Amino acid sequence: MNKLDAKIPEGALAEKWANHKAHIGVVSPANKRKLDIIVVGTGLAGGSAAASLAELGYNVLSFCYQDSPRRAHSIAAQGGINAAKNYQNDNDSIYRLFYETIKGGDYRAREANVYRLAEVSGAIIDQCVAQGVPFARDYGGLLDNRSFGGALVSRTFYARGQTGQQLLLGCYGALNRQVKNGNVKVYSRHEVLDVVVIDGKARGVIARDLVTGKIERFGAHAVVLATGGYGNVFFLSTNAMGCNVSAAWQAYKRGAFFGNPCFVQIHPTCIPVHGDQQSKLTLMSESLRNDGRVWVPKKKEDAEKLQAGTISTNDIPDEDRDFYLERRYPAFGNLVPRDVASRAAKERCDAGFGVNNTGKAVFLDFKYAIQRLGEETIRKRYGNLFQMYEKITDVNPYREPMMIYPAIHYSMGGLWVDYNLMTTIPGLYAIGECNFSDHGANRLGASALMQGLADGYFILPYTIGDYLAKEIQTPKINTASPEFNEAEQRVNDRLRALGEIKGTKSPDHFHKLLGRVMWDHVGMARDAKGLEQASRMIQELKQEFYRDLRVTGDLSAMNNELEKAARVADFFELAELMTRDAIERAESCGGHFRLESVTGEGEAKRDDDRYRHVSAWEYKGDDNAPELHQEPLVYENIQIAQRSYK
Amino acid sequence: MPDKILKELTLKIWRQKNAKAKGGFETYKIRDISGGTSFLEMLDILNEQLVSENKEPVAFDHDCREGICGMCSLFINGRAHGPDDEVTTCQLHLRRFKDGETITIEPRSSGAFPVIKDLIVDRKAFEKIQQAGGYVSVTTGGVPDGNAIPVPSEKAEEAMDAAACIGCGACVATCKNSSAMLFVAAKVSQLALLPQGKIEAARRARAMVAKMDELGFGNCTNTGACESECPKKISIEHIARLNREYLKAKLQE
Repeated sequence: MNKLDAKIPEGALAEKWANHKAHIGVVSPANKRKLDIIVVGTGLAGGSAAASLAELGYNVLSFCYQDSPRRAHSIAAQGGINAAKNYQNDNDSIYRLFYETIKGGDYRAREANVYRLAEVSGAIIDQCVAQGVPFARDYGGLLDNRSFGGALVSRTFYARGQTGQQLLLGCYGALNRQVKNGNVKVYSRHEVLDVVVIDGKARGVIARDLVTGKIERFGAHAVVLATGGYGNVFFLSTNAMGCNVSAAWQAYKRGAFFGNPCFVQIHPTCIPVHGDQQSKLTLMSESLRNDGRVWVPKKKEDAEKLQAGTISTNDIPDEDRDFYLERRYPAFGNLVPRDVASRAAKERCDAGFGVNNTGKAVFLDFKYAIQRLGEETIRKRYGNLFQMYEKITDVNPYREPMMIYPAIHYSMGGLWVDYNLMTTIPGLYAIGECNFSDHGANRLGASALMQGLADGYFILPYTIGDYLAKEIQTPKINTASPEFNEAEQRVNDRLRALGEIKGTKSPDHFHKLLGRVMWDHVGMARDAKGLEQASRMIQELKQEFYRDLRVTGDLSAMNNELEKAARVADFFELAELMTRDAIERAESCGGHFRLESVTGEGEAKRDDDRYRHVSAWEYKGDDNAPELHQEPLVYENIQIAQRSYK
Repeated sequence: MPDKILKELTLKIWRQKNAKAKGGFETYKIRDISGGTSFLEMLDILNEQLVSENKEPVAFDHDCREGICGMCSLFINGRAHGPDDEVTTCQLHLRRFKDGETITIEPRSSGAFPVIKDLIVDRKAFEKIQQAGGYVSVTTGGVPDGNAIPVPSEKAEEAMDAAACIGCGACVATCKNSSAMLFVAAKVSQLALLPQGKIEAARRARAMVAKMDELGFGNCTNTGACESECPKKISIEHIARLNREYLKAKLQE
């Protein structure tokens, strides 16, 4: 029997969500007060969910590893948030946003979820405006829009280059209001290290107080994971340093299936790697591709001279510049989706046309936009991004083109959830980037913010009621139960084991080596041979980790090294699953590019007959292979086709 | 173009085991490091060095490393976020330092921000101020269409200038009175400038200022030091707007 029931409601696509809401359970106000909900993570998904659930009257316990909910990594999203408002009269609609998201995801996302996402997108903008989010406006005082990759209309709302920050601060305000009202208790500087399951239902978490080092128990009637993505498995990524997979990974080991782990997004416009001691990559917003033109030299000798530093960029005349995105994709040009733009950059660099002293960079040039629009307009649109670029690279992008290269940015894969956003563990939900649900094999720009807030403000607060309506008789969860004892013991044992290795190498040392294996073999281009090799290398490294790790300091006090070690241990196991998933999916789709599966023109070639499904992996113990389950993807409302942006 | 290599830097770093322990400076050397290295990458490198010597690494707050989360919080050579303007510590790069230089790194502690460990301070006081009223009192759903109330673009831009605050606490650390006025003003001003937030503007100002006073932050004496050290260049004009809203609230009492 298939263990995966997506619980997609019956009826026409446009009516599913309304019908579903009309028929699911609702908890009365008097009963909501008696129910506790744990929300892990305070980014756009977790923050908006915690605030909205508290507004409804539930008791919410909110966790984050940072010192404040406001610092969750949603804060770093730059470019914008999509919504099908059609304010520009450019023929946008719910259907068009739905269609472009499915197509952008290379036909590997669930129709009903994506349609619902498009359906609630407009309400998100209304909500944020009401909270005082200072979106950009035109001279008439109405909301402004910009264009983003993979879309034929302008539907992206923005607040300079700090849209994520402003949306997050809006939801942080809503959360603070509920803290003041006594409906939310925030546990900052706490890391959730396990999920407690009692009689098959999620009933709490085990968390470590990062200041005192104390392991603590928290019970609740439902647990919501909003812990973001796992891009840091690659060590170098645009994720924040602390972003990790641990809570989601432990949920997987408790029985939540992991969906499409090999689907990660490589963002085309990041500041290139500068050396081997780098800790972090910096994203430059995709919105820059609205006005910047991507190019490399047409002549290899020019590229070589640029690499050697014997000529400067401005020495190369326009006719010797290869605007390769405009050349290859005339319809979308510089605004092709991220996976397409990343691969095209890699292709040029691998062919020897890359720039920078490493040869691993391409130009993003604003000369033409400045000629057309003037420097002041460009400054108004991207001023803070240009400033950031200059601070990091010491190059003035008003005078010289930016140099960019792809980097790991987002994970489309994540915990498998049904239409209600519930994992395969009853009472355990996963929202935002933490779940696998809406972006298929490639996410469109400005859609992460949309999904996080859709889940937290408008979807989970409804669907969780359906589950909790059956829990109103359940008393407060007793955290002295054997299941909590066992879970706490497990966490303690795990951490102590890491401390007792007493080897010679730091967690970062192993993390960097793991990241290198992942980037080289499970990165932008993958093939069976490389993946098999990665699989062996990960095994060897993991054994080395458990033999030679050194965790300095006191395990029962604040200890950043212990935090890192625990995260890296989970990344090792995730890396194994990602590699296994990438081997199993022998097709190219979206960000998952298998060299064995390409069209005659070198584009990604899907294999719909064999792989038009979600791969959901079930944990079967540390010594056994995980079991693969497949959720077939059914397209009733769109014609699936080979994706083309030409 | 490759960055210059700094042959040697001397780091004097504040070490403190925990909130109760007595702290002190320790001296470390960093050798042959590229000017393109970020300041926090330098600390990563130092920490790798310390671990290899089986010593405990330096604890410091950091997360996004893109200048936006506000987590990083160092005093570098006596200045919040170091010698460069309009950057956070994580965006500061070593090319701003001279070869052979001694760099002093301290936590940004004050009465309201006690040290937790080494360079990490407790900024929960900022949370409490925001919880006192740093929001518009709307619940999810039931709000008007985003374009129902036009907002003049210059007002939206000015609100955005204030809203750019990252809550890092550089203003408090820099102020000789340890005042949190710029932090409070940024939120009060942002919301007072927008029609959505204007309704509660006076009440918000009163509640946030009262909480700030209660938590032991000092008074503002208009030195402007906060503005000059703010990595996001939040203007002290927002303090003037806060004062106006506060006065209105007092007159309404």
